[in-house]
Amino acid sequence: MSTSTESATTQVYRVWIKATPEQIWEAITSPEWAGRYGYGGNVSYELEPGGKFVVGASEEFKAAGAPDVVVDGEVIEADPPRKLVQTWRMLMDPDMAAEGFTRLTYDIAPTPYGTRLTVTHELENAPKLAEMVAGTHEDQGAGGGWAWVLSDLKSLLETGGALAA
Amino acid sequence: MTDDDRVFKALADPTRRFLLDLLFARDGRTLSELESELEMTRFGVSKHLKVLEDAGLVVPRRQGREKLHYLNPVPIRLIHDRWIDKYTERHVSALADLKNELEGSA
Repeated sequence: MSTSTESATTQVYRVWIKATPEQIWEAITSPEWAGRYGYGGNVSYELEPGGKFVVGASEEFKAAGAPDVVVDGEVIEADPPRKLVQTWRMLMDPDMAAEGFTRLTYDIAPTPYGTRLTVTHELENAPKLAEMVAGTHEDQGAGGGWAWVLSDLKSLLETGGALAA
Repeated sequence: MTDDDRVFKALADPTRRFLLDLLFARDGRTLSELESELEMTRFGVSKHLKVLEDAGLVVPRRQGREKLHYLNPVPIRLIHDRWIDKYTERHVSALADLKNELEGSA
């Protein structure tokens, strides 16, 4: 099947959060919130098609030898507070940087059980990044990938405290 | 039922755990692909997938005319972060301290 490589390299993550779609949108896109869970960093978005997406390294990351910009990309579609589509490239590691841009989609939908956030990461031709975002190298200090990020985001929005120190 | 009840109930069945193993080995499969790996009717497999979807362990995604099924590890991560961490955190930090001391970087 022609779609099998693409379908097998895509990763999908979903979490239900007791917060409004607007709060979740804010937590993903605003610099005030986006640095407070998961990998942190100085997140900046130009929320329009073609707009820049940049994650600047936190002081902690810089001290560990990270480049000034750790992730970059471009906004493809921004429909607040429901849908954000963008490209996403990891620059922390030369091999991952060489894999180039991947495609990331955030879907936010209200349900009777809380707001449902679905993250779809299309990772064709990016096997190293795929391992990182799947949390494969968590025991080596690479973080737990999307599952960890979303668990942390849920914790932050529901209890006011993130899991990460 | 709480979210955790749904997750534990979904995981309590060997067929459903087998379906998750199949998706772990290769993600994004159709019902037909999954059905071909099991000695079970299409209806039976579909019912198990529904339970996994309701628990959030499987997320369906439309691609063209196909419905693909993806393994979602987040509900298991939530259980891990909520309970397991409480018990392992102290051991992990004790080991990290020991490592730092032995390597002289503390």
